[in-house]
Amino acid sequence: MSDNAYTPKSKFGKWFNDRLPLLSLANHLTDYPTPKNLNYWWTFGGILTFCLITQIVTGLVLAMHYIAHADMAFDSVEHIMRDVNYGWLIRYIHANGASMFFLAVYIHIFRSLFYGSYKAPREIIWIIGIIIYLLMMAAAFMGYVLPWGQMSFWGATVITNLFSAIPLVGEGIVTWLWGGYSVDNPTLTRFFTLHYLIPFLILGLVVLHIWALHVPGNNNPVGIDIKKPSKDTVPFHPYIVIKDGFALLMFMIVFAFFVFYTPNILGHADNYIEADPLVTPAHIVPEWYLLPFYAILRSVPDKLLGVVAMLSAIFILAALPWLDTSKIRSAVFRPLYRQFYWILVADVLILGYVGAMPAEGLYLLIARIATAYYFLHFLIVLPVLGYKEKTLPIPLSITEPVLGGSPNLVAARNKESFNK
Amino acid sequence: MKNFFRTLSLITLVFIFQFNCNAAEKVEYLKTDWSFKGLFGKFDRSALQRGYQVYTEVCSSCHSMKYLSYRNLAEKGGPEFTEAQAKAIAASFEVTDGPNSDGDMFTRPGKLSDKFVMPYENVKAAQAANGGAYPPDMSVLVKARGGGVDYIYSLLQGYVDPPQGIVLDDGVHYNKFMYGNKIKMANQLSDGLIEYGDGTNATVEQMSKDVTTFLMWAAEPHLETRHQMGFKAIIYLIILTILVYFSMKKIWSRIETEV
Repeated sequence: MSDNAYTPKSKFGKWFNDRLPLLSLANHLTDYPTPKNLNYWWTFGGILTFCLITQIVTGLVLAMHYIAHADMAFDSVEHIMRDVNYGWLIRYIHANGASMFFLAVYIHIFRSLFYGSYKAPREIIWIIGIIIYLLMMAAAFMGYVLPWGQMSFWGATVITNLFSAIPLVGEGIVTWLWGGYSVDNPTLTRFFTLHYLIPFLILGLVVLHIWALHVPGNNNPVGIDIKKPSKDTVPFHPYIVIKDGFALLMFMIVFAFFVFYTPNILGHADNYIEADPLVTPAHIVPEWYLLPFYAILRSVPDKLLGVVAMLSAIFILAALPWLDTSKIRSAVFRPLYRQFYWILVADVLILGYVGAMPAEGLYLLIARIATAYYFLHFLIVLPVLGYKEKTLPIPLSITEPVLGGSPNLVAARNKESFNK
Repeated sequence: MKNFFRTLSLITLVFIFQFNCNAAEKVEYLKTDWSFKGLFGKFDRSALQRGYQVYTEVCSSCHSMKYLSYRNLAEKGGPEFTEAQAKAIAASFEVTDGPNSDGDMFTRPGKLSDKFVMPYENVKAAQAANGGAYPPDMSVLVKARGGGVDYIYSLLQGYVDPPQGIVLDDGVHYNKFMYGNKIKMANQLSDGLIEYGDGTNATVEQMSKDVTTFLMWAAEPHLETRHQMGFKAIIYLIILTILVYFSMKKIWSRIETEV
């Protein structure tokens, strides 16, 4: 916030701002120079903030009516659905909100992958993002346990049991996580506490994420460093605010459709059966957003190695800024990377698909190939590509391709076809 | 922007495809027109009232509905019995209350605020009376089964003679829509089993449809409100989106770039 010499107009404003520069902060946020060629894939940052706030607010209300007890949790959820005023609405927003949150975060992550937003000088933003993503998965998993339905119970059993794969201390850790010798009331109460805590940790990390973003400024579809403020930038307000707002509204239409017309389609029917430790469901499947990792876990025959593979699949992302050796950020100017990028997208979707299927026969084979390719992409393809790939010439500024008529015709044409 | 939407719709398609696949092991369920499906879906009041009759006269001797109260029967968006009718229904049940000032439990006629009376004292008693199988609580049954209403509707009409070579244990019945085809519940419905108060012909198909409608309402008592509110919310959002779109165009026209 040292990049502007802002002084409030009023005397009181100046007095206050000298002691706590909130007004300078507000001024920084409105004037913040943003590349003017950001496309709609860039609006998901704002959408994600909306998702987080929605989850916190609806979650707060739900927590007022929910009872975290193995004998009463399921009943209290039905109480919310039936007798609490608009309880059904709040719960459906919260439950579908989790899916919407993940939908948005996956688009946000894949946008980063396409435009190389994780590269220097934005590694810290990226790593904070990965931590947020990890916490989101933890929060979502524990939240799914709270209604204490069959999938809640058995999902919790399967996932916590993964820790037993750790040699020597594994069993002890599982008992410690459960607070007993099986998933039971102590597990439920601690999951509830953590489920309540994590969103606020995420909120704090989001502040850091944005702070770290505001140091180098936004990446952009062309992926070049820009001078700011300059002809290449626009002030955040009103240009980006209105554009983010427009995208958010479109997102909300989709969100509303799920909440009001198909509120249960993303959940599993078994979770409307109260948890029963004596009856195992035919198929235990996690929520859709965890399926790719579930597929990786099951594709490895050894339990410990499976857990290692699953965790590596996430942590490998943190090393991405150093695995990708290419100097060029945007895939627009990387013809080969662009193709590998889409293969990776397909690979992850395939993993998600086989994650929902029984781990046997052809599904298992596909899962194994897709898992191998996932790691191949990050460990072999990306490092090698940086040296081998013949990249397209990059423009000197954003204005050049935006205004057309640049000497760099290839770049201009590429930009035209890939950004909008 | 065109490219953005093309990619987005592709992803959405894949997304939808995945969910359809999640519902694996698809059986062709019997189809019927449900009045509560669709953007403006509403319950058919008389079907709900008839469905309640089927539930009390047939299902309720084994299946509980522990999350429903008698007052729900008179609430908006449900069967909408009059309050007097709902009171009479409640009063026809004996409810155990207490302890009174002497420390004794006593029975009294049901009130609107009472929950539906359970057929058995507890799960164990229910199992003991039904050959070890617990008749599931029906409050959210429709939502707890993959096929939803179509599944329940089909199951009730799915009792057929077992194919050759299939041997059934005592107390086990064959149903072509049941998962694994073996079900502990015997066929309950037969044409003319009950006499509908409104004179409707009580065929198996009619009773299945009515009771399933009733179960859908029991699982989603606020379904009508949800549909009405959803329509308003989405229309509101669409209008606002259009307005914001034009404001955005106007604001961005100040600089020479396309949004």
